[in-house]
Amino acid sequence: MKAAAVLGRPGPVRTALGFGLGALVLLVVAPGVLSDFRLDLLGKYLCFAIVAVGIGLAWGRGGMLTLGQGVFFGLGAYPMAMYLKLAETPEGKLPDFMQLYGDATTLPTWWVPFRSAAVALPTTILLPMVVAFGLGSLVFRRRVRGPYFAILSQALAAALAIFIVGQQGTTGGTNGLTDIRSFFGYDLDDPANRKLVYVIVAVCLLAVLWISRQLAQSRYGELLVAVRDGEERVRFLGYDPALVKTVAYTVAAGMAGLAGALFVCVVHAINPASIDIVPSIAFVIGVAVGGRTSLLGPALGAVAVTWAQTTLSEQYPATWSYLQGGLFIVVVAFLPNGLASLPALLRRRRPGPPSTPDEPTAPVSTSPPASPVAAAAATAAPAATVSEVSS
Amino acid sequence: MTDQIFAGLEIRGLRVAFDGFVAVDGVDLSVPRGDIRFLIGPNGAGKTTIVDAVTGLVRATGSVEFGEQQLLGLDVHKIARLGVGRTFQTATIFEELTVLQNLDIAAGAGRGARTLLRRRKGVPESVARALETIGLTEHIGKPAGVLAHGQKQWLEIGMLLVQDAKLLLLDEPVAGMSADERDATGELLGVIAADRTVVIVEHDMEFLRKYARTVTVLHAGKVLSEGSVADVQADPKVQEVYLGTAADAAVAEASDDPARPADPAEPAHTVNQEA
Repeated sequence: MKAAAVLGRPGPVRTALGFGLGALVLLVVAPGVLSDFRLDLLGKYLCFAIVAVGIGLAWGRGGMLTLGQGVFFGLGAYPMAMYLKLAETPEGKLPDFMQLYGDATTLPTWWVPFRSAAVALPTTILLPMVVAFGLGSLVFRRRVRGPYFAILSQALAAALAIFIVGQQGTTGGTNGLTDIRSFFGYDLDDPANRKLVYVIVAVCLLAVLWISRQLAQSRYGELLVAVRDGEERVRFLGYDPALVKTVAYTVAAGMAGLAGALFVCVVHAINPASIDIVPSIAFVIGVAVGGRTSLLGPALGAVAVTWAQTTLSEQYPATWSYLQGGLFIVVVAFLPNGLASLPALLRRRRPGPPSTPDEPTAPVSTSPPASPVAAAAATAAPAATVSEVSS
Repeated sequence: MTDQIFAGLEIRGLRVAFDGFVAVDGVDLSVPRGDIRFLIGPNGAGKTTIVDAVTGLVRATGSVEFGEQQLLGLDVHKIARLGVGRTFQTATIFEELTVLQNLDIAAGAGRGARTLLRRRKGVPESVARALETIGLTEHIGKPAGVLAHGQKQWLEIGMLLVQDAKLLLLDEPVAGMSADERDATGELLGVIAADRTVVIVEHDMEFLRKYARTVTVLHAGKVLSEGSVADVQADPKVQEVYLGTAADAAVAEASDDPARPADPAEPAHTVNQEA
């Protein structure tokens, strides 16, 4: 069943139909039926969905449990927020928070390049990618993996958030960069402009899904799964698994950066709480619930979980964290491949027991795995029997 | 290309130590091209460690040359790219990928980024040939995880073939196989050894007698004896450490008959097949 998710390869017609349907729902139906307030919220969820698609690639296919995507989300969000903030600040003046908290009289040097959209916009995607590539090269080459990698990535999220909080004069500290009013000259209070931002987010999500699909179906995608399941084996085939993993990690970071930049445009602010450990883990929970190895699972899971969070915490603010934790446990314990694996599971249950999936279906000249072991153990020389027991 | 004409494995003074314990102690080994060399010896003799040292998995001192290229000190994946392939005691294939995908990955270590980012179109020729050789053509689209035990081992050997390994290091390739599967594997080795160098770590004496061209016996990290199967079996040192007593050796000698002795496990095997 896990295999089916990996190998499931719908034809081009079905794929085109799928993307068409997705575009219809996101670009026509949703803006038609949702209030402006709800559409804004959906835009925010779609940003998380973009992060989730990246995690699906890095974790679902590459086996890298990244608990710190908030870092890359933040590295995309802050440059965007800095650019939008500076665009609203008249030449020669300082952004509002610097006048309040800072002791500088001129703009800090590292802020200056972000006056230019030509610098700021590529930075939102490239900076996370460069950082991820450097980090991945170091960490994966040293064969840090599994829980050690997860803890390392999580610590980075905490470190970045703490660092930003400490630099209140130049980063806005705990408050972050707030009160962003306009978007490339468009007033963000105008519902029409907000709808435009939503449409951009939705299109970006579709694009990211397309990239993820192309990667998953390429030879690289197959290689990535191979590295996930047998890193050593891949090494003995002549590949450098560290490089294979670093590429997936870098792409995932780029997606998180894009999502962060879009998030600023939707929410009109960014603060350390949005890039810290808690949101980083929330990203992963959405992916786990939706199904990390599937294409759509991570995105749908992220939207579903954040939507449930908003809806439920509107009514029962205290219970949400328990529910979120419970949901995570249930999915991990009973549906390791998330809700995306449910249809296949039900399909298999229905016909009943005759076809068990683990048995080879075609007639084979060999006996079932249990008997050759017995046969070999019985026929081989005494030394062989001993060695087999010990190895 | 030229280095492959005389490509053989030359090991000189190989020494591997783990925290003071010397697993391999000054081993010299020459395996010419086209040979099927069996490495045998009691547990702890250092057989697998030699394979690990040649493939770069453990640190070693001395010299390991293949086709006049020094292998010691190189990264695992770089050694693999020089045409050294290995299998493991337990078949390590990518269970969630299909037979085709497994072979395609094995064939592709030299691919550039552009090829990697595209989809595979059809079945590469080397993969099709390997599928034919290992007899898995009809299982091409199956996830490798559902293959029978023997088929998984063959798939691993197939992966070495498409990897274009010139030196094949097989660690207990027939462990856990049925008699039929072992014979099929032996035939397969004969086919693939034609233009390659094959080194096999194996405990199965019957398999060794049938398919080994030369044998090296290891004991406590050193080479104890080397030669043809008959030479090695006649060596009293081998009889002493490896087979235990002279009586055991006599039994082994007696069963060295072309017609296999009655196999006690055969009936059980047949029953299982019907089940």
